Amino acid sequence: MKALGIVFSNIHDTNLPELVRMRTLASIPFGGRYRLIDFALSNMVNSGIDKVGVITKRNYRSLMDHVGSGKDWDLARKDGGLIILPPFGDRDSDGLYNSRLEALRSITGFLGHCDEDYVVMTDCDNVCRINYNDVIEFHRVNKADITLVYRRSLADEDNPVILETDGEHRVINLKYERKSEGENKVFANIYVLKRSLLMSLIMDSLSSNFAHFTTDLLGSNVRAMRIMGYEHKGYFAAITSMQRYYERNMDLLDEKNRHELFGDRSVFTKIRDSVPTKYGAGAVVKNSLIADGCVIEGTVVDSVIFRGVKVARGSVVKKSILMQDTVLGENVTMNCMITDKDVVVRDMRVLSGSENHPFYIPKGSMI
Amino acid sequence: MVRKKKCVAMLLAGGQGSRLYALTNKIAKPAVSFGGKYRIIDFPLSNCVNSGIDTVGVLTQYQPLLLNDYIGNGQPWDLDRAYGGVHILSPYQGKHSSDWYKGTANAIYQNLHFIRQFNPDYVLVLSGDHIYKMDYSRMINFHILKGADCTIAAIRVSLEEASRFGILNADENDVVYEFEEKPKKPKSTLASMGIYVFSAQKLYRYLEEDAAKEKSSNDFGKDVLPAMLAAGEKICAYLFEGYWKDVGTIQSLYDANMDLLGDTPKLNVSDASWKIQSRSPLSPPQYLAETAKVNNSIVLSGCEIFGTVENSILSSNVVVKKGACVRNSIVMEDVVIGEDSVIEYAIIDEHTDIGRRVKLGEVRETGKGIAVVGRDLTVADGAVIAGGAMIEKDEEGRA
Repeated sequence: MKALGIVFSNIHDTNLPELVRMRTLASIPFGGRYRLIDFALSNMVNSGIDKVGVITKRNYRSLMDHVGSGKDWDLARKDGGLIILPPFGDRDSDGLYNSRLEALRSITGFLGHCDEDYVVMTDCDNVCRINYNDVIEFHRVNKADITLVYRRSLADEDNPVILETDGEHRVINLKYERKSEGENKVFANIYVLKRSLLMSLIMDSLSSNFAHFTTDLLGSNVRAMRIMGYEHKGYFAAITSMQRYYERNMDLLDEKNRHELFGDRSVFTKIRDSVPTKYGAGAVVKNSLIADGCVIEGTVVDSVIFRGVKVARGSVVKKSILMQDTVLGENVTMNCMITDKDVVVRDMRVLSGSENHPFYIPKGSMI
Repeated sequence: MVRKKKCVAMLLAGGQGSRLYALTNKIAKPAVSFGGKYRIIDFPLSNCVNSGIDTVGVLTQYQPLLLNDYIGNGQPWDLDRAYGGVHILSPYQGKHSSDWYKGTANAIYQNLHFIRQFNPDYVLVLSGDHIYKMDYSRMINFHILKGADCTIAAIRVSLEEASRFGILNADENDVVYEFEEKPKKPKSTLASMGIYVFSAQKLYRYLEEDAAKEKSSNDFGKDVLPAMLAAGEKICAYLFEGYWKDVGTIQSLYDANMDLLGDTPKLNVSDASWKIQSRSPLSPPQYLAETAKVNNSIVLSGCEIFGTVENSILSSNVVVKKGACVRNSIVMEDVVIGEDSVIEYAIIDEHTDIGRRVKLGEVRETGKGIAVVGRDLTVADGAVIAGGAMIEKDEEGRA
């Protein structure tokens, strides 16, 4: 049974206003050498899905630059492969959707032209390693109409959708809930359903005036349809705020998390042709993740360092995230900082945030 | 309009590299790992692309599987072209004859039809076993300006070294009047780098004449160039000044790798104007643990370091376990170094597991040389391997 992948690149942008000022949520850098969409795309490719539509809305130039033809994900194919689905304006509207449901309405033409039986839909703020074949198999065995992937978590994030299931994994209620007590089944924003069903749901929604796909459309159909919950076990990172972004990057310093996320399968990303990372004679690096193309001559502790970062002599970086091509001069002190791409910090600067409030420096800043 | 290329490069990559011993048991010399991220062939291929040459024939013969896989469609070097690009040229069976490549000249001779389909003005002949950054377009311009029939790239070597090279004796106008292959008493210190530019028509003619000679060893240096010189063709020497290393021996391969280290490395691969392209590994970023100590080293993605690494080069996905120490060594991809093992002045080839408490190699200054461990091996816990030792797989796959 063939499946089609749909990736929402802009959904939940509002959670990370600083990071998406110049990019989509999908193209937010993560884990030293990746962008968030790499995990979504790699899960699909590793599950044998070779046709993936990426729905975009705005600021998607960085995303297009990152994914290119899809070649680096093995998604540059004669038939299928990676298909960017930008907003489709017509006489009546500019095509800019305001919800998942509107986004789906705008791609009905694309969906109609596909011949895959199943559709796997995912957002980009969920970093995990999941085999969609297992989810589709679960979907078939349980004769589900729709399968929603969830994980067990304390519902401490912004706007989580909580699933209630019966003893047979059937979803009996979906609701937004904040700070719910104890462990909850938190929806992972991953859906599996038949393509034909998705299309008819979109058509029906036109007459029913629903605004939201998950809570309105699915929420009102929990009795009429067989909606099943599939539990994802293993590492899962929900990137729902700057604080969570910081914490989830730091998660990767833990061997267990790292191995669960990367395992023995590749996470594909854009090839950048960096030179190897070089450590100077005075380098001290402890408990840190370092990408290719870096030159480390100072001290780096408990940090995530992206590609092409330079840390000059005498500089000390602690509990920080330095994105691509950040350059630190000599004797700089950084503590609990997040620098976006191409930030330059001059000699002797002392910058500090705190663990529960990391300080963010926007792209291209010179400090 | 007849389509043509100004220059076609022919890269001789069939050499066995027997002086690299264990490192080339299963792979051709140009496919040997270099500098953590590269393979030797990345240098001539990148030089071609950076010099504006987009048509490259790679002549393979010895153990070509890994090399062919690595080159693939040439995409990492931007050599997947609609017209031109990189082509693997292996020995083939013809209607009337079939043969292995008998010598460097014979390898090119057997592929003249490949060159001719691009109708080039010049043919550049390269070796796949040198580490250097060179702008071939300058050499070709030199060739044109001199009105030469063949131009040979040359470097200055010391008088002691000169007897290991092919030596060119040239006049003040850079015109070569004599060759000496590994002379005992060299008259000059101008050594051939094994890089030639030929005017295409001359190359065709002399290769065809050479092929007709029964006694020829079909080698450029021994047969074709002397024949051209004897016939009065104009052969010029192009002096190259820059980093160049023939990595044909364990020691020279080791030295060239080490030239990447230091604050101002002798070999700079970080020059954005002359990028060395390669097939990049798809591994997660490297992790350096709380217990890690890494100094003056190059480390690739996918590595996990819990021990100590000094003055060394670690290729992708190398694991250095707790208490282990790697000094003055080159470790190729997918190698695991077990707890409390000490690696000193050694080269460890791909996919090899070093057990715990292994002692491999001896201190550089006092030991008996570089210890080499071949690919796909398992070194048992507690093993002691002396400096200068060569560990390789026997027929049954035991170490």
